[in-house]
Amino acid sequence: MTDNTACTLIKPRQYKSDVKPVWCPGCGDFGVLGSITKAFSGLQIQPENAAVISGIGCSSRMPTYLSTYGFHGVHGRALALATGLKIARPDLTVIATGGDGDGFSIGGNHFLHTCRRNPDMTYIVMDNQVYGMTKGQASPTTESYWEKSKLTPSGTGINPFQPLVIALASGANFIARCSSSDTNGTARIIMEAIRHPGFSMVQILSPCVTFRPEQREWKNMLIPAPDAMQATSDSAQAARLLLTDEGVYTGILYVGRRPVYQPKPESGITDIKELDEEFRL
Amino acid sequence: MNRQSLSIALTGSGGSGVMTTGNMLLEAAAQAGWYGFMNRSAGPQIRGGEAAALLRVSTVPVESPDDSFDLVLAIEPASLERFVAEIPMRSDSLIINDAEGGRRGSTLPETPAQVVDLPMKNLAKAVTGGRPNMIALGAVAKVIGLPVASIYPVLEKTLKSKGADALKASWACVQAGFLAGEELPDIGGPPVNSELDRERWRITGNEAAGLGAIRGGIRFVAAYPITPATEVLEWLARSLPTVGGVLVQAEDELASINQVIGASFGGTPSMTATSGPGLALMTESLGLSVCSETPVVVLDVMRCGPSTGIATKSEQSDLNIALHGLHGDAPHLVLAPLSVTDCLFTMQWAVHLAESLQTAAVVLSDQSLGQTLAVVDQPADLAFFAKRCVPEDFEEEYFRYAVGDSGISPMAVPGQTGGQYTADGLEHDEAGTPSSLPEDHFAQLDKRERKINGFDYGQYWAELEGSGETAIITWGSTTGPVREALSRLRGTGEDIRLIAMRLLSPERPEDMAAVMKGVKRLLVVEQSFSRQFHRYLRAAYDLPAEVRVFNRPGPLPFRPNEIIEQLADWGKAS
Repeated sequence: MTDNTACTLIKPRQYKSDVKPVWCPGCGDFGVLGSITKAFSGLQIQPENAAVISGIGCSSRMPTYLSTYGFHGVHGRALALATGLKIARPDLTVIATGGDGDGFSIGGNHFLHTCRRNPDMTYIVMDNQVYGMTKGQASPTTESYWEKSKLTPSGTGINPFQPLVIALASGANFIARCSSSDTNGTARIIMEAIRHPGFSMVQILSPCVTFRPEQREWKNMLIPAPDAMQATSDSAQAARLLLTDEGVYTGILYVGRRPVYQPKPESGITDIKELDEEFRL
Repeated sequence: MNRQSLSIALTGSGGSGVMTTGNMLLEAAAQAGWYGFMNRSAGPQIRGGEAAALLRVSTVPVESPDDSFDLVLAIEPASLERFVAEIPMRSDSLIINDAEGGRRGSTLPETPAQVVDLPMKNLAKAVTGGRPNMIALGAVAKVIGLPVASIYPVLEKTLKSKGADALKASWACVQAGFLAGEELPDIGGPPVNSELDRERWRITGNEAAGLGAIRGGIRFVAAYPITPATEVLEWLARSLPTVGGVLVQAEDELASINQVIGASFGGTPSMTATSGPGLALMTESLGLSVCSETPVVVLDVMRCGPSTGIATKSEQSDLNIALHGLHGDAPHLVLAPLSVTDCLFTMQWAVHLAESLQTAAVVLSDQSLGQTLAVVDQPADLAFFAKRCVPEDFEEEYFRYAVGDSGISPMAVPGQTGGQYTADGLEHDEAGTPSSLPEDHFAQLDKRERKINGFDYGQYWAELEGSGETAIITWGSTTGPVREALSRLRGTGEDIRLIAMRLLSPERPEDMAAVMKGVKRLLVVEQSFSRQFHRYLRAAYDLPAEVRVFNRPGPLPFRPNEIIEQLADWGKAS
């Protein structure tokens, strides 16, 4: 007997395009690509009904490697592109992807205001604490003492940005952290993020094996958040989890219930000619 | 005395109600069967400072300020000082002054005009809740020959929300002002024609641009507030939802332009409106619109630059950035409305062109068009509408950026099965896959230029008049004064040719050569210090041997007599 349902299922690999990634062998972003395709397959989203939007950077190449609609825009503006698309086309599943530099440095203002605005879309940030595409400069999430960049040979001397704390303070309603090495766990979190109504922020620690080879050890440093604290809707508790010195927690770290931003046209559509009336003498 | 047109300036401190008075006066003039307009001049102060309402009324449609003002009402004497350069007067001009009206002294600046006194402040005091600006309204009505009864319906309409007491007080003031006006010289206005049987509109350039955008098919707007473009957005914010569209106030101009590109990628014709500083922020992403072939329209209501410049005053100095501000070879459209009414058509056409050609269109309006409220004949509705080329089927493999003959390749809309592609600001091949191959770069550069250069823009690229051997070439808002100058000269039997450019990019060398045929002398008129338009013409077109430039920066507008003088000077010189 053929199972008709199983027969029509869209498999993860069907969400991949045939373009070969530019990423280095061992790059964490391969894992994230796998997780995104698994999440799409898990939700059985038709590839033509999803759009993956990005800016510039290694991880921002993501849309090209997927069989959905995509937009690879300019540096730092992925969230703005994605917001415009989602407001104009609420029927689509909209995902923004990118890196720590794209999202938190050049695109920092859009990050704050997208968290505030709460459009119904998912933001996947592959955080590797370095600019890979321009060959290894410090990013906003790089440690202040990291001296490997010729641009900041004595380290940046400034504290790293804490994206999830900022996301919480800016009003994000779904905050999660995961690791690119855990493809299945990350896929599950992305599925939850897509299901969540409103803006969902997923930080994926995705090692840069070329410029930050020490990040291969990340997988040993991450601690799943205690079950009782997963998906808390208590922002004070979430803040403690995010600010703790005890280690880097993974999982869904906060889920809020603010209303989704989706401006709607009025139901009764006016004949355009009626707009002339206010100008007539 | 009857005249065809009359120019009136009302000056006061900010908050003294000169703009309200000006609006009411224009409305009453419209009821009297006149055409006209009111431009506003104000400092950057939110409240306080000085403000001037600059009006011209006429028996025929007018698009240009006149050479000088016939009547000036200084509700506060000191307020006039700031505007002497903007309000030229003659020896037979009349200033109605309130010597006691000012908190900051009663000195009027030196002008050739005759001055009469009207105690507006004291007359207003006699009325409970009375205000000097309403005394001024009544007095102006009297001296220009507007029947006092024509003011009442205007008060009723304007003060609807302020209650019966406010209406009563204002009406008492208008009547008192009208009565006091009997003691003042009668300067006379155009003949009242209450029976005028023409469909007329009262609209600002900014509203006209908004309406043109909606008529053209715009249904998504994202924008950041900026003077003098904000009124476009405020009008669209309330009007768009009624026709199924939305407006988003974005966090900055970078977000505005990118939201607009995102929405357009989704299939919705989209635009933003801004001024020079905002356009500067948007230029990187305009290149994205060009490279990814995602249509957008950006309306730039220009003000004096560079930097923050003079935010409330007009200038044509964003031509360079609009034409050349994008990095790389990024062919796109640049258009400019030629009058307040033309803001409607030019925006509508810009939407049509951007959507047809899948590129960015920058529309250069300016403060003098955008913030001018005009009484005009009902604008024609030319049926230009967004018409994007969308693939119908995907039986064969889909190439989003297929080179093709016209250079216009079908653009799939998300949701279409089989149309999936990644729009890209990276150079790409025909499928949209990033490519650094020289042949792909060349083919796509050529495609993007070819689709724009090869398009048939028809007659709308410029407005043309006359056939003389002397021509004036101009663009945008300076067209109004040039037109009036040429119309006056035509009255004396002199035929000067007019070329007013609406489409500035792409260049139209063949069209230009045709209209320049037989032109021996060319006067270039533009409101820019560094002669941006002249340089553009020199670079793009063959000009006749004798070329002169009449340019100056904002904020002073061009006046018809100045243009006539330029031509007369030239006549003597040759």
